Amino acid sequence: MSRAMDSILKKYRRAGIDSLIPMLQDVQAEQGYLSKDAVAEIGRHLKVPASKIYGVATFYNQFRFEKLGRYHIQICRGTACHVKGSATLQKVLEQQLGVKAGQTTRDGLFSLEVVACIGACGLAPVISVNGEFHASVKQEEVGKILDVYRRRAESEGGV
Amino acid sequence: MITIEVNGRPIAAKKGEMLIAALDRAGIKVPTLCYMKDRFPTGACRMCVVEIEGQKGLIPSCAYPVAEGMKVQTHSPRAVNARKTIVELLLADHPDDCLYCVRNGNCDLQKMAEDLGLRRRRYAGEKSVWKMDLSSPAIERDPDKCILCGKCVRTCEEVQGVSAISFAGRGCRTFIGTAFNEGMNISSCVYCGQCIKVCPTGALRERSSIKEVWGALNDPEMTVVVQHAPSVSVTVGDAFGVKPGVDMAGAMTTALRRLGFDYVFDTSFSADLTIMEEASELVQRIKTGGKLPMMTSCSPGWIKYVEQNYPEFMGNLSTCKSPQQMMGAVIKSYFAEKMGLSPKKIFSVSIMPCTAKKFEATRSEMGTRSIPDIDAVLTTREFIRMIRMSGLDLNDLEPDTADTPFGERSTAGKLFGASGGVMEAAVRTAHYLLTGRELKVMALEAVRGMKDRKEAQLEINGMKIGIAVVNGLGGAKPLLDEIRAGRDDLHFIEVMTCPGGCINGGGQPIDMNMDAVKARMAALYQLDAKARLRTSHSNPSIMRIYKEFLGDPLGPVSHRLLHTKYMERKVLN
Ligand code: SF4
Ligand code: SF4
Ligand code: SF4
Ligand code: FES
Repeated sequence: MSRAMDSILKKYRRAGIDSLIPMLQDVQAEQGYLSKDAVAEIGRHLKVPASKIYGVATFYNQFRFEKLGRYHIQICRGTACHVKGSATLQKVLEQQLGVKAGQTTRDGLFSLEVVACIGACGLAPVISVNGEFHASVKQEEVGKILDVYRRRAESEGGV
Repeated sequence: MITIEVNGRPIAAKKGEMLIAALDRAGIKVPTLCYMKDRFPTGACRMCVVEIEGQKGLIPSCAYPVAEGMKVQTHSPRAVNARKTIVELLLADHPDDCLYCVRNGNCDLQKMAEDLGLRRRRYAGEKSVWKMDLSSPAIERDPDKCILCGKCVRTCEEVQGVSAISFAGRGCRTFIGTAFNEGMNISSCVYCGQCIKVCPTGALRERSSIKEVWGALNDPEMTVVVQHAPSVSVTVGDAFGVKPGVDMAGAMTTALRRLGFDYVFDTSFSADLTIMEEASELVQRIKTGGKLPMMTSCSPGWIKYVEQNYPEFMGNLSTCKSPQQMMGAVIKSYFAEKMGLSPKKIFSVSIMPCTAKKFEATRSEMGTRSIPDIDAVLTTREFIRMIRMSGLDLNDLEPDTADTPFGERSTAGKLFGASGGVMEAAVRTAHYLLTGRELKVMALEAVRGMKDRKEAQLEINGMKIGIAVVNGLGGAKPLLDEIRAGRDDLHFIEVMTCPGGCINGGGQPIDMNMDAVKARMAALYQLDAKARLRTSHSNPSIMRIYKEFLGDPLGPVSHRLLHTKYMERKVLN
């Protein structure tokens, strides 16, 4: 068990099932996602089957079950972005990356997340990659944006 | 008792019961999809809605308690219309797949569509598409056909105590899945198949081996041998309109020969063999201070459960293979030798009440030198399909008897089909081994019946022997926890994964009618009460196989062929 996990379990030493969500949030904050090991640990700690924890966690959009990619793409699906076509944008992103929202590409380069509203409605439709905002994204531009990060990864190395 | 008025007629109801129970007793059928008898209602599907005077909305009868004088309309136009709409909406997101579906003709959803007279697709929309899960050797899942009634989830959790599956996601993306939506093969599923039996649709089913079996039957090079489990002969008749529980062993044997099997054996024979080994092992453990309590090992779902949930108890499991595997092992050794056949040219099939047996047969320990003990496992349901495909009807077939050299069975072996049966059979032989005398009263009433747990204290040769029978896997955890906490008065524990035992196994005909299960149980006890040969150790075929081939129980040949080992399993649970 990792030290981080250890300290989370300590924090919730005498916790019951009602602490499940805060525990999951802590784990995600720590690891960026909910790993199988972490879910199993929490399950043993709270005496809840892993399938139930997974069931609860998938009810909420905030939890992910795969490691974040090197570049984490958030696509805004708030009202303004929706009106400006973010649904199509999400589809194009999913197609080009070959993953669905919540997943990470095989090479570990990109992960995709749908968020409710980033609060940048003036820039709709907007995506953010590791915090860098891309405004008024048209679907034809998706490929170019992804290429920017692919080149950056290449020049920085390390993947 | 109180009186309520239903559709203008008075009917009797028990105070406090749910309306649907009273309706059911009065023979008034209200359709249900999520209702589970004797379990807390979830009110999820709304199929069971009725009109109750004084209530504005429609009321789900499965979740509404009766009250004196209440006036109910079960089939008013409003109620029927509501049901129609529910089914129409379900069908709008359902594959139109009936003709190719394993539940064609035996599906609750299909039946409701027919009963309600749906003839038009009124709602059209995008259908959800999910991946099938074909990962496990025993259970297949087709989520497109799932209507989210939740019965599988409840059965797995509340009845079996496994919780391999759960609701996940939300809204129109809700689905039933394992932890991390992984394949069943790496989940904590023990393959008991109880979820299949409660599923109203074809979303859950066994992994079928029918094709391989036809292949072998049509291969002139192969000698195809079949064994059938003790409980199959008292359940297979259900599909042919035979009264629940009538023993059809004779007609079944004929059917198997007509299907083209070269040799037909009764697994009850190897159940006798299991008892010889297991009773000897128990006596040895008691005499030599071995690990106690010893626990039975014939129910593969229970074995997997111990391996993954309580590995500390693996040493308590009897090392005996199950009767299926013992039969498989002696077919490809003793029988092959006797008949001058190469084990490689024998295709060994078993017909089982069980889906977990499919998994058991694939375990790598279950065979010698790359020759598996068993080549294919069919459930009772698959067997019924094969009989039908061949245009046979069990009612029309003259009874026939099983083949030698495994022709005789005692009724002790037959009792394996019911919860408590292995215990009874083992006690008969253990008593003989310890005292040299037969039990005066064979029937051990204390371990019979449908209670979750049955315990007794026996006295054999002045020694107190504590026994416990766990009826259904859900009862295993409490007992194991008692033992973990220090309980030490038990010597022998039987655990059957399925409630009621194999007669209610996950591979049996689909119906959760507990009355039928009781009838099947009664049939086995009646067979035993009337029989002459009631103990495994007095079965002449058993004596012969030890004399000619095996030597002594627990001897080297037995050890090699009839015993096995267990391994800790890491699963997400
Ligand atoms: S599950 Fe029932 S309704 Fe659905 S395709 Fe199969 S038989 Fe038809
Ligand atoms: S087969 Fe048994 S253990 Fe597996 S999901 Fe179904 S009920 Fe649960
Ligand atoms: S798989 Fe079957 S039992 Fe389970 S929720 Fe779906 S329809 Fe109901
Ligand atoms: S059967 Fe009553 S709500 Fe489903």
